[in-house]
This record gives sequence, structure tokens and C-alpha cells, in this order.
Amino acid sequence: MSKQDIQFDQSGKLRHFLTIEGLPRQTIIDILDNAEKFTTVGTRTVKKVPLLRGFTIVNLFFEPSTRTRTTFELAAKRLSADVLNININASSTSKGESLLDMLRNLEAMHCDMFVVRHDSSGAAHFIAEHVAPHISVINAGDGSHAHPTQGMLDVFTIRKHKPDFQNLRVAIVGDIKHSRVARSEIHALNILGVPEIRVVGPHTLIPREAASLGVHVYHDMREGIKDVDVIMMLRLQRERMQGAMLPSEAEYFMQYGLTRDKLALAKPDAIVMHPGPINRGVEIESVVADGPQSVMLEQVTNGIAVRMAVMSMVLGRKQQET
Amino acid sequence: MRIAILNGHLIDPRNQIDGKQDLYVADGRVVAVGKAPDGFQADQTIDASQQIVCPGFVDLCARLREPGQEHKGTIASETRAAVAGGITSLCIPPDTNPVIDTPAVVEWIYRANQDAGFCRVYALGALTQDLQGERLSEMAHLKQAGCVGVSNNMRCSDNPLVLRRALEYAASIDMTVFLQTQVSMLSNSGVAHEGAVSLRLGLAGIPEAAETQAVANYLMLVEQTGARVHFCRLSTGRAIRMIGRAKYDGLNITADVAAHQLHLTEMDLGYFNSLCHVIPPLRTQRDMEALCQAVSDDRIEAICSDHQPHDLDAKLAPFAETEPGVSALETLLPLTLRLVKAGQLSLSAMVERLSTTPAEILNIDAGHLSVGANADITVFDPAHDWVLSVDNMQSQGKNSPFLGWALQGRVTHTLTGGKLIYQLDTPA
Repeated sequence: MSKQDIQFDQSGKLRHFLTIEGLPRQTIIDILDNAEKFTTVGTRTVKKVPLLRGFTIVNLFFEPSTRTRTTFELAAKRLSADVLNININASSTSKGESLLDMLRNLEAMHCDMFVVRHDSSGAAHFIAEHVAPHISVINAGDGSHAHPTQGMLDVFTIRKHKPDFQNLRVAIVGDIKHSRVARSEIHALNILGVPEIRVVGPHTLIPREAASLGVHVYHDMREGIKDVDVIMMLRLQRERMQGAMLPSEAEYFMQYGLTRDKLALAKPDAIVMHPGPINRGVEIESVVADGPQSVMLEQVTNGIAVRMAVMSMVLGRKQQET
Repeated sequence: MRIAILNGHLIDPRNQIDGKQDLYVADGRVVAVGKAPDGFQADQTIDASQQIVCPGFVDLCARLREPGQEHKGTIASETRAAVAGGITSLCIPPDTNPVIDTPAVVEWIYRANQDAGFCRVYALGALTQDLQGERLSEMAHLKQAGCVGVSNNMRCSDNPLVLRRALEYAASIDMTVFLQTQVSMLSNSGVAHEGAVSLRLGLAGIPEAAETQAVANYLMLVEQTGARVHFCRLSTGRAIRMIGRAKYDGLNITADVAAHQLHLTEMDLGYFNSLCHVIPPLRTQRDMEALCQAVSDDRIEAICSDHQPHDLDAKLAPFAETEPGVSALETLLPLTLRLVKAGQLSLSAMVERLSTTPAEILNIDAGHLSVGANADITVFDPAHDWVLSVDNMQSQGKNSPFLGWALQGRVTHTLTGGKLIYQLDTPA
């Protein structure tokens, strides 16, 4: 079970960023504190710092993504790294080239970091286990497993509004079963000491063993978000209707959609979060998404700072070596 | 060729032998147990004073990959690995390419195996044509060509009407039906046991009900049709309980388990260890203990290897994209010996599970060392310590989750048909 260690190099510094599970609390705090320093970079006229000048970062996206890919790209560019975007849906792997062959080719081009999004759980671990020693891997979402930078930017956003993690009640609402975002959020919140994490949704979207992740399970949304400080909504994939997991979007909205009247059950100063992209009228009412308690656009902005923090920590480690 | 195996601890459950006895072999058969026949002149003598001597193991499920996937293994390469694991008879499921659903394929396989000449190979025919679960295969033809039974695969079990008729037809020509127990609609696209580990790793789960529902359905049909059914590779404690109860009620059924299921659980997936990607999946600690208990109390009569050799690439991908299965011929003995060491099986019961009973299930003349029987004999040193490595594996497939494990017990000699076909290079 020592595979977890592959996230750290021999001197105990972060080498890959694959999952939040099992990270020391201090590592998470370090990422948050570093991200804090980077938030101002985006507000300057010259939005660049020279930290990663000369490094080459490859965005390897085996699955379509707009938000995550662009914020990773922006983060890398603001750190002055060179960025290469490779979208692989129509590229080599569909021509029969194996994932490993493709990685070997990119390694041969002397890149320093792969930011990987893949639809198969464990893909980032797999790549990290097989890359050359000079390459770092950042997981930008693997199947239903993990999306650690999203988890980090979510807790970063929470910290901005509610810095006292020891006194928080957080509800995560929606498709826990398929959500890598939810898994990463749950790990981050648990490590930071949030005493009460709730997951809310129907049994078809919340596996029986959910409690083993360290959460309380609610099937009734009104009970589930009562008196919470933070509501984290998850995106509902349309495919869930075909898989007989839900009867209809309308019924889902009635049961689990975040509406004004349901939101009123949470604490008055509760914040509403969503990793995007939003399905308005499916998991959230437009008025709430655009309302004063919504911090969704902040999440996007913070995403850049958090990704800058992770990239600079992982590659900065190398800089110190040379 | 006359061979004398001297000073060994002979175990032959069929003949209730469990003690120091010499064994004499001539012209492919056992000619005497205990005392040499008059005038017996051995061409070769094996000193087995540190060893156990027993009937060669009979493996109820091993894929040789030929025909169809020769890049993973061939009849020659895998039967050579089998005898290195003490297996002298093995049974291959019908899911080769082409599927074993015509006498021509059976004959081709048997002829190729004759050329290889390491161990005996028995084929299971497809229960339905091309394993599609729609039309019955020509079972009588397959039987005539030498198939020892018929079998489904995970997919074709879904139509209960076809299955009912297949069981009835098989019963009428006295063929045993070997059933794999997974409802594919429930296992869906799952790759791991649906539980805490698959949840944490975000892997699509195979629920326990995928197996228990299949077993329940099959048991009802066995009761109705009177077919002789063998349940293959069970993985859940609940399924074992159902089968135990059905046996108690007098149903004529048997069951096996793959050796790796007795030693690994879902926890061994760790962080996406693709060597632990197997179907049926590794389940919980509780399931594993229930399987061991069932092997111990004879509700599971046979332990098989469920050998599935792969090329390297098959396991080099993100977990769900890797191919399931373990290269397992050479670990069958040492893994089962672990149960002996843990006090869950006597040595004699172990030989029953690995040899005597599977031979009975296949209805083949093997699994015992009566005078006149085929001299298929395994000699092993139960105390030999070794570490499984890519280098000492004979199989073309090196995909074993037990690589690097310190194992105890190793085959030193294997005789098939009275010929010394395998001998360990470096005996302890």
C-alpha cells in the first residue's frame, strides 16, 4: 500500500499531485497558503511571475474540458511556463497507439510536467508510475476517482468565507457515486478537520458504503442542508437517466434541486458552490446560481491561483535541485 | 520406462493412503504401491524422502490462449507451466477463438496438445453456439469429440429460457454443465467488487447480487431440470451459503473456487494494482474467510487455478482498461498449502481438493494412484521456500499478484503417463 508515496519524492517534497486522500494536513495548508499569494497576480496589469520560466508543461486531455483546461493553461502561463495543449479524443490513441507509447514520445520531447485528464479512474496514478523520473504528473480528473485541484480550490474558496474549518457543517448534494469532485472535496474537508460532512442524494447516486468515506448520508434534501454553512452542488450528468438511476430531470429538480426555499433552510450566511458547468433548472435554480450566496465565479478565479500553487510547488522542487 | 519413487509420503485419498509408501511405475501405469513387484528393475529412481507423493493435480479451469491469442500463451507454453505446478490434467473453458462449439476445434486442440506432450488437456464445449446464449450447441457431437462438459460464459447466462433448455438437453445426454455465475446485467461494466474500496477508487462496482442472483436462478433451474451442474469460481460468502443449503437439500451440485480468491481481498487493489483485476472480483475479507471455510468443510470441493496468462501490455493501462485474470498455474500448490499451514485443510484434504474430487467432477480417470491407474504423479516438497518472480515463472504470462511473495512448497517432479515430464532444477 505504499503507492501513495509516489506523490512525494525521496526528500518528502510533493512530486506528483494525484489525489488528496492521505495527504498530510500541512501539505494542504501549504498549498492553500501558497495559493493565497498567487491570487493577486491575476489582478495586476502584467499578470505574470517568472517562477517557472523555461519549464514545459503539457496539458494532456483525454476527455473534453473547457474550464479545467483553460485554468490550468492560464495558471501555467502566469507562471511563465511554456504550455502545450493536447486533446486526445481524435488523436493518437484512437489510431491504436497505446497510452504508454504516447507518454514515451512526449518524454522524448523533454517536457517537465503532464497535466492529465482521463475518463478512466486511476489513469493519473498509472501515468505517474510509468513516467521518467524528471517528470511530474498533476491529476486534472481521472474517471470517478479524484479531481484534487478542484477539491483544493473548493476548500480554498471555503476558507476565504469561513476560515474556521473546525466549526463547519458542509453538505455535498448530488451524484456522489460518479463524482471525482465529491471524493476529492470529502478527503480535503476531512483532513482539514471539518466535523460534519453530509452527502445528500437518492440511493442510486449514493453508494451503500458512502459512510466509509467519513460522511453522513441524507436522502432528504431538506434535512440534509438544514443549518449547513456550505452547500456544494454537483453537476448531474444527463446519462444518469438512461442508466435508470433517475426517472427524470424534473423529478430530480423537485427532490434535489437547490431552490430559494430549500436554501432558506441552511444557515442565513451559507455559501453555495458548484464546480461547473451548471445545469440550470436541473440541479440548481438560476436565481440561486446567480444570487448573493453563490460563490461559483470565485471558485473559477481561485482555481487559477490554486493550480499555480500546486504547479510551482511541484516544479519548484526541481528548481531547488539544480 | 520403469520408475520407482522411494521413501516418499504417499497421499492418495481415494485409496485412503496417507503415509510412507514406495510407488512403482511401469509402461505409463502404477504397477505397485508399497512393495516392488517381483523382478522390478527401475530405470530411474526418485528419492522422495523429503517429499509428498500424490496423484497429479487436476485443474478445473485454465486458459491456454490457443487457439486465438497466441501472443499471450500457447498450448505448449502453458501446459509446460502446468506440469511445473504439478498439474497433470487441466480443463479449458470454451471461450477460445474460435469458440469450442464444433468437434473440429476440440480435435485441433487435442492434437496440438498431443504434440506438446506435457499434460492431459480436456475441453469444455460451449453451452450455446458461439457462446451467444441463443441456440444450443451440438452437445452430443462435442461429447463424441471428447468434451468433458459444457459451459457458458458470463454473457449468455442472461436468458433463463435458453438456459433451462440447455440444462435439460445436457441432462438428457448426461453431460455436466459448468456454470459461471455472474448476471451480466447486474455486473454491468464493473471492474471491482462494489464496496468501500471501489467507492474510494471510483471504480465501477460489481455487486454481490450479480453472483447471488445468478446462483439463485441456476439453483431453481437445477431443481427443475435435474441437470448435473458444477458452479465455477464462486466469490461471495452468500453464494456459498445458498449452495451449501441446496446441497443439504439433496441437489446434485458441486462448486469450485479460484486459489487467488482464498488469499486476496478488495484491499489488495491498493492504488489501482491491475494485477488484482480479476473477474469475479476480489471481494471483502468476510467473503474470503467464508470461501476458506467452505473449502475447509467441503462445501467447495475443488480449488482451481483459473489461469489466465496475459502479455505485458494487457496489464499496462489504467485499471478498468486492463484485462482481467491471473497467471496462476504455478501458484496453485503453494497457495493451497497456505491453507494447510493455517490448519484449514489437512494435506490429504488438500489433495482431494486439487486432484481426487476435480477428477470426479470431470468424470475422468485421474486423481488416484490405484494399481493399474495412469501414472500421473506429482511429487512436492512442502517445506521448500521460494519467492515467485518473473524469472522463475514458466508460463508465458507473468501477470501474478503474488510476484515477490515468499511461498512455501514446490513441485520437484511431475510424471504424466508414467514419464518424468518435469523436474525442478534446484531441489532444496
